[in-house]
Amino acid sequence: MERMRTPYGRVAGLGSAKEGVQHWWMQRLTAVALIPLSLWFAISVAGVGGSYEAVHAWLRVPGPSILMILFLGSALYHAMLGVQVVLEDYVHCEKAKIASLVSLKLVTVLLAVAGIYAVLRVGFGG
Amino acid sequence: MAEFTLPANSKVGTGTTYKAPAGAKRVKSFKIYRWSPDDGQNPHLDTYEIDLDQCGPMVLDALIKIKNEVDTTLTFRRSCREGICGSCSMNIDGTNTLACLKSIDECKGDVKIYPLPHMPVIKDLVPDLTQIYAQYHSVKPWLETDTTPPPDSERSQSVAEREKLDGLWECILCFCCTTSCPSYWWSGERYLGPAVLLQAYRWIADSRDEKTGERLDALEDPFRLYRCHTIMNCTKTCPKGLNPAKAIAEIKKLMVERR
Repeated sequence: MERMRTPYGRVAGLGSAKEGVQHWWMQRLTAVALIPLSLWFAISVAGVGGSYEAVHAWLRVPGPSILMILFLGSALYHAMLGVQVVLEDYVHCEKAKIASLVSLKLVTVLLAVAGIYAVLRVGFGG
Repeated sequence: MAEFTLPANSKVGTGTTYKAPAGAKRVKSFKIYRWSPDDGQNPHLDTYEIDLDQCGPMVLDALIKIKNEVDTTLTFRRSCREGICGSCSMNIDGTNTLACLKSIDECKGDVKIYPLPHMPVIKDLVPDLTQIYAQYHSVKPWLETDTTPPPDSERSQSVAEREKLDGLWECILCFCCTTSCPSYWWSGERYLGPAVLLQAYRWIADSRDEKTGERLDALEDPFRLYRCHTIMNCTKTCPKGLNPAKAIAEIKKLMVERR
């Protein structure tokens, strides 16, 4: 029945969603934040060494704790925005698209809360 | 899911070879995509051997020669033969371009000619552009104002304001860019594509237009505008040397600026 619509009617569709700027802007903002944060993360992790005690002692200090929370937040938010675009691009079955977008957002929040909780626990002496 | 392989009825087979006339010295093979809606067959590539000593320098010259002298059933669009009308856009040697501006000498080996990618084909090298034309219509590509012009003069524009349209007005709507864009291939029903967005920006950038806000409203959409992932195929392929990717970036900048 969709084929009976005029080409202009199909293109006009449901109209403009009046959003997308926030997504675009936050993706760029988190990208900028991730330049120093990921450099800091890579250098620090390489310097700390692999033992549980060493990482624990390093992460307890307020500086690394705060930066780690910022790094987790920016990286996961940036990843969520990016993966969302990939899903919207390539998953064209409407049900699968909605299911994958919903799971993406829930899993991202889960990972963020778990990561930040772990850092706080170490930071506050757990 | 996005389709990464051709459907069974679109797989391209090999077709007929039309040999060059005896005694031809500079022979070049043109492998051309053929499909007819009337015979129920899959598309195929026909090979036409052309004597370049008896042919003009451009790919369009060869196509016209084939249609006139070898195979009158070959179907393609053409009009001005000088890069102004945008009719003869097609995929030549792996790149979307205008057959009239593409020199045969630029093509190494056989010249492979296909219709514009990922469009429904009407016949041979003629794609169905209905959807793109409707999308073009949807951005209202004409001057929109609330103010009536002075009765005794035109709407004025300074030299500097007029210069903002350079690199935009030259677009001839051949749609080489839009049909080279993977994002348009996957989401063409909702993403407007580089040609239409460049045209939209042409009116956003026009100092005489008074509906800039409404134009931005209509574009502010995760699909219509933001499916552009700066892949840059559009700018790379434009036979007129324009930069649709930059026009899209300018629209995105205005979207942030007006917040």
